[in-house]
Amino acid sequence: MAVEDDDFERPLRDLEKKIEELTGVPGGEDRSGEIARLARRLETLRQEIFSRLTPWQRTLVARHPKRPYTLDYIGLLFTEFVEIHGDRKYADDPAIVAGFASYKGTPVAIIGHQKGRDTKEKVRRNFGMPRPEGYRKAVRVMEMAEKFQRPLFTFVDTPGAYPGKGAEERGQAEAIAYSLRAMAALTVPIIVTVTGEGGSGGALAIAVGDRLLMLEHAVYSVISPEGCAAILWSDQGKAKEAARAMRITAPDLKDLEVIDDIVPEPAGGAQTDHARQASLLDERLLAHLEDIRSVSASERVECRYQKFRRMGKYGQARFF
Amino acid sequence: MEIAWFKKIRKPKQAVEHKRVQVPEGLWVKCNGCKEIIYKKEVIRNSNVCPKCNYHFRISARERLTSLFDDGRYQEVDTDIYSIDPLKFRDTKAYKDRLREYREKTGVNDAVINARGTMGGLQLMMSVMEYGFMGGSMGSAVGEKVTRAIERALDEKIPLVIICCSGGARMQEGVLSLMQMAKIAAALAKLHAARIPYISVLTDPTTGGVTASYAMLGDLNIAEPKALIGFAGARVIEQTIREKLPENFQRSEFLLEHGMLDFIVERREMRDILIRCIRLLYNADLLAAAAPATPAGGDVESIASRSGGASSATAGPRSREPLPFPGTFVARQQTPGTELQ
Ligand SMILES: [Zn+2]
Repeated sequence: MAVEDDDFERPLRDLEKKIEELTGVPGGEDRSGEIARLARRLETLRQEIFSRLTPWQRTLVARHPKRPYTLDYIGLLFTEFVEIHGDRKYADDPAIVAGFASYKGTPVAIIGHQKGRDTKEKVRRNFGMPRPEGYRKAVRVMEMAEKFQRPLFTFVDTPGAYPGKGAEERGQAEAIAYSLRAMAALTVPIIVTVTGEGGSGGALAIAVGDRLLMLEHAVYSVISPEGCAAILWSDQGKAKEAARAMRITAPDLKDLEVIDDIVPEPAGGAQTDHARQASLLDERLLAHLEDIRSVSASERVECRYQKFRRMGKYGQARFF
Repeated sequence: MEIAWFKKIRKPKQAVEHKRVQVPEGLWVKCNGCKEIIYKKEVIRNSNVCPKCNYHFRISARERLTSLFDDGRYQEVDTDIYSIDPLKFRDTKAYKDRLREYREKTGVNDAVINARGTMGGLQLMMSVMEYGFMGGSMGSAVGEKVTRAIERALDEKIPLVIICCSGGARMQEGVLSLMQMAKIAAALAKLHAARIPYISVLTDPTTGGVTASYAMLGDLNIAEPKALIGFAGARVIEQTIREKLPENFQRSEFLLEHGMLDFIVERREMRDILIRCIRLLYNADLLAAAAPATPAGGDVESIASRSGGASSATAGPRSREPLPFPGTFVARQQTPGTELQ
């Protein structure tokens, strides 16, 4: 059961293999008809499977190792990227990339989590889990974005802030808190896109924006499904239940009035076609940027404040 | 100002006066520090601190409030905010039932109490977290109440003290709990720009999303001795780095050593220290002089203009100028603790 649930792409792989086999075998005319039929079935099946992913399956898609990462989006959507490094205090954190680039001719600031593609790079990027220095570098870019009045784009994709000894010693909590406060006070337009995993405070630290976008299969949560399961069910194996219970998918967050927009993904997920995904995102980024640029700085800051001010659901009644 | 203050109460109907709490039942108590059995009255007389080993017993939010405000009297506000169950969350038990049980057990709506009162004659807003209510966890109700406390401090131009005591964000409200961190930090950005002092008091325990938002954003971050303070849980860290953590890891003394706290203060001295700090930081002349301002007036003026007292309702938020960018970037020359690496 568990394996089936996790390996939801298996029927697609089987079909692909079949097509491959048929293509490879020299044969008569009638084969091409069958291949075309199977290819059509593959596409239908892919759409079918991806249209009814469970929250846990979406989590797996969001963590897919071939998904586009921040540097991929930077390459596909921006030009003249200049990456900056270091927090000027302690170190550079490769789990967060930050810098400036041109977006359709407009100079902009960019901050994003960065995961690695191969083993070596994964380790170097610390699997996209920032240390305090990453957030302090991010704040440097925010500060410059403000100083030079450049719109800010952030790309969120992290399992969470790194739970390490040094990270605690150097003030992981303070670094995140400081970034939250700094971001809330920026007067420039800020567009946040959760591209993969929105893992807790480590994600939120660069996600206080005027517009919050989420890719169709991205997830965003207060704790990982595994972490939630371990604490509330005392069983990491209950991650699927936790994923469902916590309401972590893009449609969930839209319902909960946390995000503004869901960016569609190509059938089969962002990982199947980076360029297509980038162009789908581009469309939304441009529309939102134009929208928030049209209001005054003061209105923008107050709207952002009110946006977060409204988040949360509580009741009002007196019990005592 | 003393008189005007009472007129500025937003919702007078909510105001509840509280007096000193009575001594809890049970004659003896076992100390978690030295494991000795101690006469309870003696512990209470000693500010709920073990007279033998100085262990600081965890105390309720109400005990905190009475021990800090003048004559133990304060005015509770925002008493009607309570948690609902927005996700219809159920783990081993339904969240809704858990909430009801904790309300009955603790006699408070949720894990924080907002109160207004005087300390050493100084008016201030205080939010005190109640660990007894689901481990002081922060969901939408806690987020809303803390935000309201900040906004009250801003409106009334009075200092803010938050006593933190929390296991972090409340999982049962999912991402909504996470968003409270941003909501509160945004409100603190306004308070910061308005030059109204905020003192964060970290008590045992202060962890997770609470630490990574308001607990670490005080003008002063102060802690009680040996309080557990951190972001990630020690067990998670040990599993990640596969090594044993030092004895005092994530304790107040450890954080002080690494530059994350301003100082550690014993409970019996907390009130006096808070009063002294507020006196030293709170600049009433500056805030008064800053009052109605021109948009170009710069940092403090533009923010303070909102705080025209209770009548400020007419001055809608949209008419206000942008918040200045927090000016502390330049002040943060070095990250504390870097030399120790
Ligand atoms: Zn003791």
